[in-house]
Amino acid sequence: MITAERKPLEELIEYVKPYKRILLLGCNECVTVCAAGGRKEVGLLASGLQMAMLKAGNSIEIREHTLERQCDPEYVEELVPMIDQAEAVMSMACGCGVQQLAMRFKDKPVFPAVNTKFMGASERQGVWAERCQGCGNCMLGETGGICPIARCAKQLMNGPCGGSANGRCEIGEDVDCAWQLIWDRLKALGREESFIEITPAKDWRAGGGGGPRKIIREDLAE
Amino acid sequence: MEKFEPVIVAFCCHYCAYTAADMAGSQRLPYPANVKIIRVPCSGKVDALHMVKAFEKGADGVYVAGCLEGDCHFKNGNLRAARRIDYVKSYLEEIGIEGERLQMVHVSAGMGQRFAQIASEITEKIRQLGPSPIKTAAGAAGEAVC
Amino acid sequence: MKTESNLEKVLAAGHLAVTSECGPPRGALPDEVVTKSKYLEGFVDAVNITDNQTAMVRMSSFAASVITRQQGLHPLLQMVTRDRNRLAMQADIIGAYSLGIDTILCLSGDHTKFGDHPMAANVHDIDSIQLVQMVRQMRDEGRFQGGAEMKGPPPKMFIGAAANPFADPFELRVMRLAKKINAGADFIQTQCIFNIDKFEKWMEGVRARGLHEQCFILAGVTPIKSVGAARYMKNRVPGMDVPQEIVERMAAVPKEKQADEGVDICVETIERLKNVEGVAGFHIMAIEWEEKVGEIVKRAGLYPRPQV
Repeated sequence: MITAERKPLEELIEYVKPYKRILLLGCNECVTVCAAGGRKEVGLLASGLQMAMLKAGNSIEIREHTLERQCDPEYVEELVPMIDQAEAVMSMACGCGVQQLAMRFKDKPVFPAVNTKFMGASERQGVWAERCQGCGNCMLGETGGICPIARCAKQLMNGPCGGSANGRCEIGEDVDCAWQLIWDRLKALGREESFIEITPAKDWRAGGGGGPRKIIREDLAE
Repeated sequence: MEKFEPVIVAFCCHYCAYTAADMAGSQRLPYPANVKIIRVPCSGKVDALHMVKAFEKGADGVYVAGCLEGDCHFKNGNLRAARRIDYVKSYLEEIGIEGERLQMVHVSAGMGQRFAQIASEITEKIRQLGPSPIKTAAGAAGEAVC
Repeated sequence: MKTESNLEKVLAAGHLAVTSECGPPRGALPDEVVTKSKYLEGFVDAVNITDNQTAMVRMSSFAASVITRQQGLHPLLQMVTRDRNRLAMQADIIGAYSLGIDTILCLSGDHTKFGDHPMAANVHDIDSIQLVQMVRQMRDEGRFQGGAEMKGPPPKMFIGAAANPFADPFELRVMRLAKKINAGADFIQTQCIFNIDKFEKWMEGVRARGLHEQCFILAGVTPIKSVGAARYMKNRVPGMDVPQEIVERMAAVPKEKQADEGVDICVETIERLKNVEGVAGFHIMAIEWEEKVGEIVKRAGLYPRPQV
């Protein structure tokens, strides 16, 4: 999922201070899973914002609503009946959702309530870790299912470097050395000899080096 | 000058804290009427939203009462509650409410005396802190809060 | 002979080679580079010029190499993949060659977290092994990494890479050396050696694969300045193996004598390593202590340097 974390409350207060009526939007997908911007977090933020504004001598009306997703225009369209009552919109979705709203409602100020972080997976309840950087040319089949681009601090494709110690990365005790993980997997799969093959320099165009990316499915797009 | 009477919301778990409150009642052990008890199946059921909303609706203090460590009927609901309360405390600070207005306490079902004592102690503590800054601001703005 | 590199000539002639290191200054201070190189003159066959070492901004390796070349020494251009993409690296390589630099060491580089710009991006467009491949393609095929032909004569760079027999996982370290040699490494400089037993074990694996005959291995050594330095290297530098006996040996000596003891250990290490089959020379890393290199080289019986 895409992970995110709520921005500090004082930043959000700065955004909404000029307004009397805002729409606070949650998203039922990724940000719900990482407890950053789902229905519950919308409730928490609305309550907190209202109290903080009250304390500062202002009042604000916050309408709470959560969409199934904010990255699909069909869902964003559901907001049409309620958008006029709002002076501004604050979205708890990832950057994709926030931008979708801004594109649809061109004359409404749209503010992000979270900082979008990374594509990751749950390690255990409450802990999410980076797993994928969307490099566009997946090599997980060759590296025993561990990604050296997302999980190696130096994105080495022929690692490990000389800083790997006790299975940990040189940057910190809490970071696994991705290449140690890859090596352990290759051993478990009986594929140690594949380690000797050199992965050649990557074509970064697939990974965004060629500019913002787009996928067009001819069979699906009108 | 009226003495400030704080409004305290106490979320009490059915198996331990609420039973202790019951015992205090049946033993005629007095505790302040400031404390409004809300029975929940487990302290772990109390959501961050419940705690925050309690302050929004005008509580001056909130506490969550759960079982003693190791005794939770649902294994570790009381531990989750304790972690959650730490999290909400820092959120309260961000909002501008003193984190000490919220706390976690642990009692067992037979501790009627202790329950009454906690209720009194917390009421006094919150009385010292004064009305919640939200209530003060709402009052100043002439808005009803509850 | 693949290049005109002095280091290659010394090694190809069968002598034990000696290299050392010079860290450029954290400012536009060319005289400092000159001073450091003067300490090494006559004692080394090539001098490594480090590249933003420990991710701290310093005068570029390129510029400092040029200054060193102007002093008549043979600079070894260190290049990390952390700070520049493949265009910039190829541009620097042909630029350096045009200014008389013919030896290069390909490295990944320490993470920016350790340096004075932790907020900077870690580029790593390519990694150190891909860099070795790229330089080899430039030299042996006269083509850029993207495939286009270079104009004029190809840069005849003597290509080096680093090896760390002490990093984890140990079982991988021989295969990693093989990978670097397959990519095109002509010579290797190792991380500094204190645990000679572990180094010998690594060399066994190296010899078993015949790698010592496919490239020249220079054993890294460092004189320790104090017991504090020994402890620091032991506990805080990733990939360094400093046995407890070394720390105790340093601790057993009074403070004023510790530097001398460190130099003694260094010379003894070189003498022991001379007997390890496959060691083709020594890389003496005397960081901010360049003035000791001459003494070490002399006491280890490696002076004068052969004129090839």
